[in-house]
Amino acid sequence: MPLSDKRQSKTAKAPHRGIRRNLHDALGTGRGQFGFALVALVVLVAVVGPFVAPHSAVEFTTAPYASPGGRNGFLGGDTLGRDVFSRVLHGGWVLLLLAATATLAGVVVGAMLAVVAAYRGGWVETLIMRGVDVGLAVPQMVLALLLVSVSGASLWLVVFAVASSQGPQVARVMYSSTQDIVERDYVKVARMWGTPSLKVVRREVLPNLMSPLMVDAGIRLSFSIIIVAGLAFLGFGRQPPAADWGVMINENRLGLLTNPWGVIAPAILLILLAIGANTFTDAIARTTLSESQSEPEPTADTAVPSE
Amino acid sequence: MTTNIPTRVEAAAIDVEGLTIGFPRSKTPVVFDVSLSVQPGEVLGIVGESGCGKTTLGLGLLAYTRPGLEILGGSVRIGDVDLVGLPVKRLREFRGNAVSYVPQDPASALNPALRIGVQLRETLQAHPGGMTSGEDVSARVNEVLEEVSLPVDRTLRSYPHQLSGGQQQRVAIAMAVVCRPRLIVMDEPTTGLDVSTQRQILRTVRRLNDEYNCAVVYVSHDLPVVAEIADRVLVMYAGRVVEQGPAGHVLIAPSHPYSVGLLKAAPSLDHAQRLVGISGNPPRPGAWPAGCSFADRCSRVTPECRESVPDLVGDREVGVRCLHPIPPTTNAASVGIPAAPPAATPAVAPVLEVTGLRANYGSSAVLHNLAFTIDAGSTLAIVGESGSGKTTLARCLSGLHTDWTGTVSYGQQSLAAAPSNRTVDQRRSIQYVFQNPYGALNPRKSTAEILEAPLLEFRKDLSRSQRRELVAQALSDVSLGTAFLDRYPFQLSGGERQRVAIGRALILEPDLLICDEVTAALDLSVQAAIVEQLRKVQDQRGVSILFITHNLAVVRSIADSCLVLSKGKIVERGTVEKVLNDPQDPYTIGLLRDVPRLGDALQRPSRDNAVRHSYVPPPRPEGPPQDR
Repeated sequence: MPLSDKRQSKTAKAPHRGIRRNLHDALGTGRGQFGFALVALVVLVAVVGPFVAPHSAVEFTTAPYASPGGRNGFLGGDTLGRDVFSRVLHGGWVLLLLAATATLAGVVVGAMLAVVAAYRGGWVETLIMRGVDVGLAVPQMVLALLLVSVSGASLWLVVFAVASSQGPQVARVMYSSTQDIVERDYVKVARMWGTPSLKVVRREVLPNLMSPLMVDAGIRLSFSIIIVAGLAFLGFGRQPPAADWGVMINENRLGLLTNPWGVIAPAILLILLAIGANTFTDAIARTTLSESQSEPEPTADTAVPSE
Repeated sequence: MTTNIPTRVEAAAIDVEGLTIGFPRSKTPVVFDVSLSVQPGEVLGIVGESGCGKTTLGLGLLAYTRPGLEILGGSVRIGDVDLVGLPVKRLREFRGNAVSYVPQDPASALNPALRIGVQLRETLQAHPGGMTSGEDVSARVNEVLEEVSLPVDRTLRSYPHQLSGGQQQRVAIAMAVVCRPRLIVMDEPTTGLDVSTQRQILRTVRRLNDEYNCAVVYVSHDLPVVAEIADRVLVMYAGRVVEQGPAGHVLIAPSHPYSVGLLKAAPSLDHAQRLVGISGNPPRPGAWPAGCSFADRCSRVTPECRESVPDLVGDREVGVRCLHPIPPTTNAASVGIPAAPPAATPAVAPVLEVTGLRANYGSSAVLHNLAFTIDAGSTLAIVGESGSGKTTLARCLSGLHTDWTGTVSYGQQSLAAAPSNRTVDQRRSIQYVFQNPYGALNPRKSTAEILEAPLLEFRKDLSRSQRRELVAQALSDVSLGTAFLDRYPFQLSGGERQRVAIGRALILEPDLLICDEVTAALDLSVQAAIVEQLRKVQDQRGVSILFITHNLAVVRSIADSCLVLSKGKIVERGTVEKVLNDPQDPYTIGLLRDVPRLGDALQRPSRDNAVRHSYVPPPRPEGPPQDR
């Protein structure tokens, strides 16, 4: 047995399967807990924020760039004298929703293309993967900007732009993972039985792709957040006066020396979110690796320390 | 333990005393209290099953441990210096210079981005006190390549991927001897190589061992190979030395029941015998019992065996750790190796008839005009070296490789190339078991799900409870209990995985089972159990087996008839007795000659004769070694 006693007994106690086991294992590590806590914190701010904000997002409550404290509010005033704290609380959920939707769309489409390419092979593979290469050649931000600038800023277009810039990235990563899986003997067995392709993919290939897919999705999510916020900063996302972390960084940067919180507060939240998402996916990646599900050496000598 | 070294004149190349290696925090030992010494010019074989600490001990001789392990006690002396506890900087002077290591997989030990010449030169220059002058280095590199029988100029310029597996292993050996070390540790250096390549490598090792008068520690689970090369043998079980002695003694008439078990599992080329695996698995580190570790698997066990670990009775030359050793007078025959099983009854109709089979990979032809039949209920072995086309043949029959012409008749019908063009019944009747048990099972599925998958595909008429019944039946057919139903592949050992893979094929009640090197990745003791399993299944079900292997000795134990394949052509065919006893084709004769035999251990003069026999390498065919 190539694995330590610990792993065996642990899995016997918690018979989670597949990706649930990975998530469970990842949350068992300090790294996973840290990442998850950061993400949960920012999501909590974004989701609960609008309900607990002291003011509405567009209410003028104080002087422009008023210093924090007292009746100026917890984080002071923004460029037009609105309450920075309230705008921070209001400005997250749309951004997160856009980023999450775009990531989901990009990951699903990218992974589907990748699996089809790797499983079918031949001209289908060439067509898809060369298309992916073209997509990869265009910088993500530039592609998003190009698409958005053609028909103006609409939120759905932002989603589409971000998703189509993420798709090729996901496809490239998943393509190599899938290629590895479809060459495995258990996939050959299913093919030999004459099992329909869709069934082979669903039963034999996809379950083994879930871990790399989750890891990649996490990385893609943090990139999406940055791109969506970046588009908003450049004026292609939500439009003022809407509260949006990207918009806020842009409109408050002139008062950076007077009341820096208008820039710093949304920036910190974005940074925490990106770090959290990355750390958490890193934890998943590590547990997946140590799962040694690929081809462990057939000797107990290679066991990891059993403490 | 007393040491008897005073009788020796020369100093030992390495002297290990009470070496214990284990996990540092829990103090769980993986290798426990091993003492050994190897004389210059001597080859010590270390044998045992996977997981018994052979590799850990081998690395320990370099005072190295794998990450996570530590040397917990004991000493490793080379000359007057104890390597244990030396600072890393000083250790480096010894590693490579005084002790060197040849890994199992040379492909992963060589840097794929550097030419061989650069890597060899680097090795020489890396060691303090090593050569500095470019000419000296080049001269030595050329010399060492000649010594391992590689074409010098071509090899120097090559990258590792341009060499065959055997050539890579030669390079690894060259790298190990280039600094003229006193001891070379070799960890399964020929596992995964063809018999003829193996033979050449073993000869090279033997010759270097003589020329340099260096000591060699040869770690392997393959007893016949050890018999061919080792002077002395040390049997490891669960991290302890359970028996040691001259090869002619340990490998022919061993005293410890575990050594006997290992011997019974080793297939013999010379007479058909029923292979007997050792039931169960070695205890894992941390789970060693209070008494003799082998007690649970031993047939001679008595209650006192379980009370405390027996001492190693004897000295460093001959010793056994057993309360009830088998008396030394007993010879191999009375040790209880069972006689050959009755030959299978001659079958009537062929289950598969192949005529004019030609297969291509792209533009290169791999199989040329093959014609043979497989009789119902019999086992046909296809023997050949890697590259002979035997796997391609299996893949053609199973439908995995579709680029072929010719006729393959199954019953009255001829088989189409692609599985999608075959009938459901044809797809069900021919099942395939793969070589590598680690890649054959979906890691995300439990054993129950893996066994149920073929039923969902072919037996849609069955209800859930009927399927469950068949799954349980299949599991017991391959000698696994129902406890295995909920286990995932990573919780299974290699042998257990291979059993599940066989069960998955058998659950469909096929007429033909194609076994492609199914035991090549397994220990001999596990191989024996799997081979016996296949025999049993054949007796019960009458399934025909196409057994593909490079191991001629196994053929003797399982097959009725035999085909020898070379470069895509059948060079010899007939019953196993005829092919193995009276081969006609030079290729078959060569193959048979190259297979290591346990009896080789007797043919070498013992080290106790102070005079070292002079080894004359047999004439080797000229030209590039046919390592592929």
